[in-house]
Amino acid sequence: MNNEELKSKLSEIFSSATFEDGAEWITIFVSQSDIKPVMRQLRVGEIFHFDFLFCLTCIDWKTHFTIVYHLTSTIHRHTLVVKAKLERGNPEIDTVSDIWRTAEFHEREVYDLFGVRFFGHPDLRRLFMTDEWKGWPLRKDYEDPVNMIKL
Amino acid sequence: MFRETQILAQTTKISASVEGSPDIDQNDLVINVGPQHPSTHGVLHLVITLNGETIKNVEPHLGYIHRSIEKMCESLSYRQFIYVTSRMDYLSSHINNHGCALCVEKGLQVEVPPRAKVIRVLMDELTRLASHQLWWGALAMDVGALTPFFHAFREREAINDIMEETCGARLTMNYMVPGGVMADIHPDFQNHVKEFIKLFKSKIDEYDELVTGNIIFQNRMKNVGLISKEDVISYGCTGPTARGSGVSCDIRKLYPYEVYGSLEFDEMLETGGDCFARYMVRMREMRQSISIIEQLIDNIPVGDFQAKTKAVLKLPKGEFYSRIETARGEFGVYIISEGGTTPYRIKFRSPGFSNLSALNHMAKGYKIGDLVAIMGTLDLVIPDIDR
Amino acid sequence: MSEDKSISSSEFPGEVHPTAGGGILVTKLDEVVNWARANSLWPLVFGTSCCAIEMMSTASAKYDWSRFGFEVARATPRQADVIIIAGTIVNKMAPVLKRLYDQMADPKYVVAMGACATSGGPFFYNTYSVVKGADHVIPVDVYIAGCPPRPEALLHALITLQEKIKNGATREQIKIPES
Repeated sequence: MNNEELKSKLSEIFSSATFEDGAEWITIFVSQSDIKPVMRQLRVGEIFHFDFLFCLTCIDWKTHFTIVYHLTSTIHRHTLVVKAKLERGNPEIDTVSDIWRTAEFHEREVYDLFGVRFFGHPDLRRLFMTDEWKGWPLRKDYEDPVNMIKL
Repeated sequence: MFRETQILAQTTKISASVEGSPDIDQNDLVINVGPQHPSTHGVLHLVITLNGETIKNVEPHLGYIHRSIEKMCESLSYRQFIYVTSRMDYLSSHINNHGCALCVEKGLQVEVPPRAKVIRVLMDELTRLASHQLWWGALAMDVGALTPFFHAFREREAINDIMEETCGARLTMNYMVPGGVMADIHPDFQNHVKEFIKLFKSKIDEYDELVTGNIIFQNRMKNVGLISKEDVISYGCTGPTARGSGVSCDIRKLYPYEVYGSLEFDEMLETGGDCFARYMVRMREMRQSISIIEQLIDNIPVGDFQAKTKAVLKLPKGEFYSRIETARGEFGVYIISEGGTTPYRIKFRSPGFSNLSALNHMAKGYKIGDLVAIMGTLDLVIPDIDR
Repeated sequence: MSEDKSISSSEFPGEVHPTAGGGILVTKLDEVVNWARANSLWPLVFGTSCCAIEMMSTASAKYDWSRFGFEVARATPRQADVIIIAGTIVNKMAPVLKRLYDQMADPKYVVAMGACATSGGPFFYNTYSVVKGADHVIPVDVYIAGCPPRPEALLHALITLQEKIKNGATREQIKIPES
């Protein structure tokens, strides 16, 4: 399906989601509590069949976080970007690692670098930093006067 | 003046998933492989739970080469951050740089001249050949045969010499810029590449004779490390790892970039799903790369090698994603820009990260000697995973 | 009158340290031992990132390092003489490197290969996890510049290390006894 058809089908089924235009792929904004049912529908529904999650990341916008999921379908060959907004004080969201196994490592990385907690993740631990590291390095307000030498 | 760094004490804790899992016995042996180990292809620490010699659980511990590249790139300009990616997956350094340049060009909306496109594809395919040669030598060495290592490096040196004439460096070649390539190719480039292709065609038959047809090698590779097509898609594997299980995912064919849309080459698929299938995919890819180079080497268009861009690049506000096929799989560059001279956030989607997550699934139930063969055919480069 | 054979400190400008042994015979033996040690250094397989590929190139057929005596690359530190730190050292890897160095038997030597092991290299500014130079962790004898250094540069450094050993100038060999 191309972008227009995809957008019309999505707005039919997910009435509470908002869209963003202008980029190469359709971007859909979902609320934090709706993420699990929406993702399951996108994975399982025959017209969508988004079975390949190729990127899961987080952006720190200083007032809030945004989790970004990039999905594509190996059968229909269409691509979709799903975003969810999280509050900065207590960033939590449901895991999608039971839908796509690749999310296990990606969500551990987001937890390690940003501090976002994923409910239902089988093994949420730090991935790159040592287990005793304090702080979430990729946040914009991360200060480390011992290790970081600023230019 | 250097500041003292905190060297934190490192504790290796067995994860909760291993301790609390119902099928892990008190009598099982837990061993560490790495981080310093000749066959882990970098600094990878594996915690393996064994029952006798049979593997029950493999858990990778990462982070021993985590150089905080994504944080560092937030303070580098759009021309500077491209060369840090050379050091990430250093065996496909041209291809990584190419992916970053494509993403920046998407943001700037700049058109690359045809001569630069063809030079970029030639460099990419030569890099892919060099990476597969080293993979072949290292795999044979891990499985037990030391001689193919020297054969592979002998051919790799020929490619390194060609690269050195044009780009100036042998391994981390900083050659791609947003808009084209940094300098024109050396006048002897075409002759040297043609000589190399003639030489390599006979050598690749030698490789098949030495290793592929060897009965001991086949016994070590066949029916080892099986993974099905659905699992490969769920784990997000790309590249030869996925093509060995029948998943068609070559970015050069699905979303063609540069001149790949007009070239004749096939995507190599195998349906076995075991180590031997992944091995054959890469051997066939080497032959396809030779055929792509032959199609292009005599038809390099004349013209500019670089499009005119400003000295200081500023991307407009928005987000840009580009995908490219490295020797290991799909490499993605995701730039989020706020309109300044440095990116606000960069994410590198590295192929090894997802390929490694399938290792536990592939290795369960096999012997520890098979683990080495499985890791060899996954073709991991650990700095690519840790970034 | 007994003549004082040693040089008294009032006549000679500078200090004289009596070395262990002394005498012609032991000095010649030292030379032979240093020559033997220098010509059969066995490196440890330790490559963390890109410089490891140039180290593997140096080990292979075109820039063979086994003609200088580095024939056998040992995987275990107990049997290795020299550790070539090829690649960046990060905070998580530093205790591992220290443990490997401690496990090596004396006499042991260290070569820091590449810009990352010398000083942090391209990862010096704005990184929270890189150790800015391997000499924060273990003492280094020879530094090599380059990112990555050519195989010829690595061979030059190894020959420099051999000459340092033959001249008695490495850390192991300069021992000033306490008075």
